[in-house]
Amino acid sequence: MIKLTDVVQCFGEHEVLRGVSLQIRKGEIFGLLGPSGAGKTTLIKIVTGQLKPSAGQVMVNGKNAADLNGSMYLRMGIMMDSYGLYGRLSCYDNLRLFAKIYGTAEGKIDEVLKKVGLLEAKKCPAGKLSKGMRGRLALARAVMNEPEILFLDEPTSGLDPAATKQIHELLLAEQEKNTTIFLTTHNMAEAEKLCSHVALLNEGTIVEYGEPKEICRKYNHQNQLQIRLYDGRYLELKNDCRAVGTLQTYLEQGMIETIHSTEPNLETVFMELTGKGLV
Amino acid sequence: MRNIKAVFWKQIRDTLKNKTILIQFVMFPFMAFVMEQAVVMEEMPDHFFVNLFSSMYVGMAPLIVMSAILAEEKEDCTLKVLLMSDVKPIEYLTGTGGYVWSACMLGSCVLGLVGGYQGREFAAFLGIMAGGIAASLFVGAAIGTWSKNQMMATSIGVPVMMLFSFLPMLSMFNETVHKIAGIFYSEQVRILIDQMGQHGMEMKSFVVIFLNMAAALCCFVLAYRKCGLS
Ligand SMILES: Nc1ncnc2c1ncn2[C@@H]1O[C@H](COP(=O)(O)OP(=O)(O)OP(=O)(O)O)[C@@H](O)[C@H]1O
Ligand SMILES: [Mg+2]
Repeated sequence: MIKLTDVVQCFGEHEVLRGVSLQIRKGEIFGLLGPSGAGKTTLIKIVTGQLKPSAGQVMVNGKNAADLNGSMYLRMGIMMDSYGLYGRLSCYDNLRLFAKIYGTAEGKIDEVLKKVGLLEAKKCPAGKLSKGMRGRLALARAVMNEPEILFLDEPTSGLDPAATKQIHELLLAEQEKNTTIFLTTHNMAEAEKLCSHVALLNEGTIVEYGEPKEICRKYNHQNQLQIRLYDGRYLELKNDCRAVGTLQTYLEQGMIETIHSTEPNLETVFMELTGKGLV
Repeated sequence: MRNIKAVFWKQIRDTLKNKTILIQFVMFPFMAFVMEQAVVMEEMPDHFFVNLFSSMYVGMAPLIVMSAILAEEKEDCTLKVLLMSDVKPIEYLTGTGGYVWSACMLGSCVLGLVGGYQGREFAAFLGIMAGGIAASLFVGAAIGTWSKNQMMATSIGVPVMMLFSFLPMLSMFNETVHKIAGIFYSEQVRILIDQMGQHGMEMKSFVVIFLNMAAALCCFVLAYRKCGLS
């Protein structure tokens, strides 16, 4: 469905992407993870033909991304981090404009507004919405014409847990319809829950690729005990017999406030691979 | 055609909530109405204010509005979204330009009515305005296309607008200005409207307006080649 081969992107001297190769299958949810500034938005721009890569090839549906044209765009839903909403128009009118362009029935508008939880705010000007609400409106616009491929740049940033859950349900429902979804996120839990495959992007290269569970299993070697003491100290001990002595001492002194074992998740894997957390 | 209509529709909805643009459309017709009612002097030529304000309207409203709309859409990335929804640049420009032109023609109708023009005179008045507005529209489109954001559009648009809209007024008081102003469409619009009632119109004025239009179109094409619509 989507295939990238050795994509390089330079902005002047600054090499943002250094040879990215990826393949995304039809009907899967693919998650691109990476710290801020890793080049996730840049990559989405390249795949959607908004930016021409300095080198490398991008194929979308068998067509070169650089020559995507009108009819192809009609089968794609795109939500960028700059949402591109008309601030003075109401939510409803923002969608109505695109319903006119796509030739979608106007009855569909209320339906998608409901799906993203904005039905109550439908008369509110888009410029007066909160950031999370604007994101949901942009998402509503992206899914309105029932696209075959969805590109979502951080679809759940700035959302509370309830709204996030609602969006996840919407995305899973889209996947049911065999829509291919390419999303970027900072949220590891989200990627683990939704994505069939994830890629970790760091400093312009893909440092890990695979199914979330598989990646976690692969990096299970960390296997630590993390202990926080009442005096504020924080310890990490290897989860084996050598920890017994230390643990016993603290337990006897009643100094342990919390104790956790590290079940590896994408977050810890990411920390390990990049030496830094996700912002 | 569907896309042109959609863009046109969007612009109507937006203008109703956009005071800056709304003011551009109604200011001169409204001022002409008030002044014609309020100021009565002995030696003043007929329709003095309507004629003056009409040429200023031509020089100001289409130019400022068109460049502002384009620049704002670029700044907010809404234009990009439109273009990625299979709206062709030409459809977008036709929809937006057609809208601004129509709105200004509506304003011109008001000006014509305030001036008390009737029948063939009214038609001639609208015809002259239509040409002037179109020329101004191309200038505005060129500025909007050239600009990356609204700041830039304002800082280029305002001086250009001052040139086109105030020269016709100044040229009435100063002979040198009068000579220079003659090369611009807004001055020719004023001259044409003035002559309309009296001794027929000169071909030269139409030629100047046409040349202005062609020059503005060239500027637009250059700007479009360089920056595109994104
Ligand atoms: N048009 C541009 N010109 C120059 N540099 C750019 C441009 N666009 C992006 N960059 C640079 O590319 C790098 C990656 O940016 P990008 O927006 O792709 O990051 P990101 O992974 O999306 O980050 P975030 O998670 O914060 O959204 C940044 O260092 C940025 O400064
Ligand atoms: Mg980004």
